[in-house]
Amino acid sequence: MTTTSMSKQRLLFNGADWDFPTLQRVHDACEEIALGELGLDVYPNQIEVITSEQMLDAYSSTGMPLFYRHWSFGKHFAHHEAFYRRGMRDLAYEIVINSSPCISYLMEENSATMQTLVIAHAAFGHNHFFKNNYLFQLWTDADGILDYLNFAKSYIARCEERYGEVEVERTLDAAHALMSHGVHRHAGKTKVDLRDEERREQERRVHEEQVFNDLWRTVPTGKKRTAADVGLEKRRLALGLPQDNILYFLEKSAPLLQPWQREILRIVRHVAQYFHPQRQTKVMNEGTATYVHYRIMNRLHERGQISDGNFLEFLKSHANVVFQPNYDDRRFSGFNPYALGFAMMQDIERIVTAPTEEDRAWFPDIAGQGDAMSVLRDIWADYRDESFINQFLSPNLIRQLRLFHLYDDPEQEEGILVSAIHDERGYRRIRRQLSREYDIGWIDPGIDIVDVDLAGDRRLLLRHNVTNDWFLQEADTKLVLQHLANLWGYDVLLQEIDSSNEVVKEHTASPRRPIQ
Amino acid sequence: MHIVDRRLNPRGKSLENRQRFLRRAKSAVQQAVKRSLQSRNIRDVLDGGEITLPIDGLTEPGFRRGEGGISDQILPGNRAFVEGDIIPRPPGRSGGRPKEAGEGDGEDGFRFVLTREEFLDVFLDDLELPDLAKRRLTETEEESPVRAGYSVSGSPSNIAVGRTTRMAMMRRIALRRPRIQEMEALRREIGECEDDEKRLALEAKLKALTEKSRRIPYIDPLDVRYRRFESEPKPVAKAVMFCLMDVSGSMSEHMKDLAKRFYLLLYLFLSQRYKKVEIVFIRHTDKAEEVDEETFFYGPATGGTLVSSALAAMRTIVAARFDPAEWNIYAAQASDGDNSYSDGTMTGQLLRHEILPLCQYFAYIEVGEEDSDSSVSRSPLWTLYEGIRAEQVPLSMRKVCRRNEIFPVFHDLFQKRDAQSKVAP
Repeated sequence: MTTTSMSKQRLLFNGADWDFPTLQRVHDACEEIALGELGLDVYPNQIEVITSEQMLDAYSSTGMPLFYRHWSFGKHFAHHEAFYRRGMRDLAYEIVINSSPCISYLMEENSATMQTLVIAHAAFGHNHFFKNNYLFQLWTDADGILDYLNFAKSYIARCEERYGEVEVERTLDAAHALMSHGVHRHAGKTKVDLRDEERREQERRVHEEQVFNDLWRTVPTGKKRTAADVGLEKRRLALGLPQDNILYFLEKSAPLLQPWQREILRIVRHVAQYFHPQRQTKVMNEGTATYVHYRIMNRLHERGQISDGNFLEFLKSHANVVFQPNYDDRRFSGFNPYALGFAMMQDIERIVTAPTEEDRAWFPDIAGQGDAMSVLRDIWADYRDESFINQFLSPNLIRQLRLFHLYDDPEQEEGILVSAIHDERGYRRIRRQLSREYDIGWIDPGIDIVDVDLAGDRRLLLRHNVTNDWFLQEADTKLVLQHLANLWGYDVLLQEIDSSNEVVKEHTASPRRPIQ
Repeated sequence: MHIVDRRLNPRGKSLENRQRFLRRAKSAVQQAVKRSLQSRNIRDVLDGGEITLPIDGLTEPGFRRGEGGISDQILPGNRAFVEGDIIPRPPGRSGGRPKEAGEGDGEDGFRFVLTREEFLDVFLDDLELPDLAKRRLTETEEESPVRAGYSVSGSPSNIAVGRTTRMAMMRRIALRRPRIQEMEALRREIGECEDDEKRLALEAKLKALTEKSRRIPYIDPLDVRYRRFESEPKPVAKAVMFCLMDVSGSMSEHMKDLAKRFYLLLYLFLSQRYKKVEIVFIRHTDKAEEVDEETFFYGPATGGTLVSSALAAMRTIVAARFDPAEWNIYAAQASDGDNSYSDGTMTGQLLRHEILPLCQYFAYIEVGEEDSDSSVSRSPLWTLYEGIRAEQVPLSMRKVCRRNEIFPVFHDLFQKRDAQSKVAP
């Protein structure tokens, strides 16, 4: 390539200042390495330069550039701002959006080195991950998301005009409370097409308007069948029970909801679904982006496109990003996904290129295979945090991080048991346990809608399968159930069930003020 | 690739959300503002500030796991443990589960910053205040010269002698002008010199020095500096606000709170009108003293009540520090209306002949307990002032018992007067 020899003669920038041509040069240089040398595959990039205030804005609306209006985003803004103003928290350097084109936000305050780092990290690392990881491919629609959010924003604004802010807020509050239980966890449905969703909503409305005929109200209905006629199994089947996607169930089956309320539930559900893969791939996503920026920055330095001074600046922030304090450090607050992810990516690179005997035994498929990037690209595409850690956390890394496993049973008076450490006996147990900590199905309480008596009192029955004596938090559960009852329109009963199928605890709620 | 500069996008995209949040949190914010007013100085109120909100009613609930239960955890950085070790639980923690990062956020309420406008909004909202700003008056300004360094040109009367000599000396040193002492010494040496040859050399040297000192003048026009003045708009409108409060034992916390709110409003009002507002706090029992704000509102004091003492103190302070020709003088007196019987005549005299002629306006508010009737008062002070008021003087009086009465009363007291009135423009 001619540009290679050209760029060898010239630094991309000098010092800390940058301007738009610099960004362009930096992007092109990164792209050359990312696509040409690392073989990444990315959505087209869009880089947006924003101020710190706009960064705060973006934070508080879950990172999205456009979002419907809701008070809770204002709350988050106020919260973040207070922290930021008191200097207790830095702003993130970047926000990147899983969309096509992939939008990366750069803060204007960043130095030229930081901008390069962010472009390498977000515009190539995250971007590649978004485009290639199976979860994102399955569940998110990068082409449609921005249009869909635009639609959602204006739809909700229209609802506010028509039905009043209070009513809309009530519905949104309720939907937000159930948001974590508004995703399809299991691939069984086809991929959502958000553009299609938007079109279908319009068709539904047009259709309703066309077929509306007041006469239908007066059509005599047949004799009501009793619950016994229908039969439990049949009823459940008809309603698609048991159902863990509570929002979906309400949208389809709640008897008293208005069409616009169902649409709002659908919007919140789609947003939840859109973010669901991100929840499941924190370690991998950050690990990938960090690994990619590290490779790119090193190459840029090797090629003489970044000065030694700027490279040192990069190394300093890189070290901050991948810093993992020990458990007894005051700064410890759990695993740093950047640190863990980056360490694992580097470890895999080592296994592929320079394996030890142990690595060959543990990872026969990849040890010594030679081409680190192609192995990593496959891994990035096919795993999520839980399976990734379960598969690739090596004994070497467990020793390096000096991981150990604590088992805390409140019944045990003496204290907490150290049940495994970084030794031969512990590797597999530690790996299994750590991978479980990243399993959404394990972390989130599993709650299913199991039954509803449509012909009778219409009470909705939910079950929470209690594992390890983790009951639901009382106060919060009450509030969520209240929201649920308001949406459902009738009583709601939540049973907590232990491993022997005994009902241990019950929560109930009645609709305080049915939403209409 | 596309680069978009979003920095110039309309700011405050979150404004709407923020307002919704405030609306939703209104009662909580009002409570918080009320609380913060109690702990803040009058001047600070204008700055807005940080508010701590309790989280109730603003929670966003979700299905979460509660405490207790068996927990497994992988941690990094083991140095000492081996498999099978039992670690005693840290005290005060029921389960062994350390808090996740961020989990504790907001449990004890969270803090955020209200802007000045938001803060005032809430504050004034609580007082049911219509737009105060509409009645903002134009201010007259006068220019006055202010020293602004030195310049190389100016009128002879403004020559800065010190600066000029300093410049001259700098130049003389820099150009190595021979010093007078040096030449004197040389001359002396020539006089004492026996050797002709040496004397000739010395004379030549002296001649050179003399010439040099002629070439480099002692003072050069270049050195001259003039004092420079710039005219700076100076607010003629200055106001001083006297807060007089009876702090004898009969004044309850509630009454002081009412008084504080009244003073706050007065301060807000005055600071919109005048560039400079001074506040003087005078508290009195049977003797009066000038105190700081802290002491004024929170300092414990008790004793008998002599209102005249406060008026006398005010008179003294005005005489010493606030020339009535220059200052607009306001006074607001808050009291529960008690005064010792013998003090009535003295108070009346002072107020009528000494204080009111000084004042633009004298507001008397009588504060009562929350459950008392604010329409009537038969207190000694009220009766006394009522008599004085009949004489067309800038004196107003109201009784206030509840917080929401403060604004109407204030509004009433400070509504715009016609030009003839002796009261403030």
